Amino acid sequence: MAETAGSDTVDPIHQFTIEELFDLGTVGGVEFAFTNSALFMVVTVAVVAAFLILGTSRAALVPGRVQALAEISYEFVANMLRESAGTEGMRFFPFVFSLFMFVLVANVLGLFPYFFTVTSHIIVTAALAFTVILLVIGYGFYRNGIGFLKLFVPHGVPGYLLPLVAAIEVLSFLSRPISLSVRLFANMLAGHITLKVFASFIIMLGAFGAAGWIGAIIPFFMTVALTALEVLVAFLQAYVFAILTCMYLNDALHPSH
Amino acid sequence: MEQAIIDAGKYIGAGMACLGMGGAGVGLGSLFGNYLAGAIRNPAAADGQFGRLIFGFAVTEALGIFSLLIALLLIFAV
Repeated sequence: MAETAGSDTVDPIHQFTIEELFDLGTVGGVEFAFTNSALFMVVTVAVVAAFLILGTSRAALVPGRVQALAEISYEFVANMLRESAGTEGMRFFPFVFSLFMFVLVANVLGLFPYFFTVTSHIIVTAALAFTVILLVIGYGFYRNGIGFLKLFVPHGVPGYLLPLVAAIEVLSFLSRPISLSVRLFANMLAGHITLKVFASFIIMLGAFGAAGWIGAIIPFFMTVALTALEVLVAFLQAYVFAILTCMYLNDALHPSH
Repeated sequence: MEQAIIDAGKYIGAGMACLGMGGAGVGLGSLFGNYLAGAIRNPAAADGQFGRLIFGFAVTEALGIFSLLIALLLIFAV
């Protein structure tokens, strides 16, 4: 089932290849190019911007459909951030809102046929996750000074256990960017590979003539059900990424267990 | 011959990696079972906790997806 030279094997990895659309030259030995990944990131930002600009262009007291959607998305993220990080956390609202909308639209755009899924590459999700963690660490030290390290010393731990517990807490903090990035990446990767594999079952069954096409109804319905599941997963992963960001920012604002 | 051994190792490893998803299944069943047990006792409070349920689902599911990721990496990317 791996990438053999035969054309009748399943190749679900090809959908993730990065293709250069046009070259942007070489800076300091590193090649720059505008790729399909970059194109879909631009499309994502354009979709989010268009949605919000159109939604708030006619600020009616009784909102129309698009304005209602824009207000719902604002309220959703604002409530999520306020509940996790308190009123002080609202200073991060533009960051969390941008993050949530970018991940959500990037995930959903990947579900359209022939569109590239930006978040299915570990480099993209790792860049987002490390941005969040560096913000948490940076703001934590800026606001609390050395007191930020109270995060790693839970309340009521006996003195002799303290070094061990502190080491474990530091390790679990360091595992946050990894789990944050791999969760989103693995969900998108696995979802799209599964979709590709089930879709290929339809074609492979169709090779058996008329009876095959009737049998191919089953993987067809499975593919439809899987696409619905993938829409749910797209929303869910964006929500989980955003809410974990809010929780980590709460740790930076109030570092005490 | 060597390539055949490598391929066999890859596929056996991928199969073993899939066992990790059993743990995720147990965790999710426990999570939703406790939510339903609580919701049947106190239906009015159930909707308020739905957001936490979905969050717990996502972080538990993530561990199962991590093991699926190892299996997929072994099959397609090693």
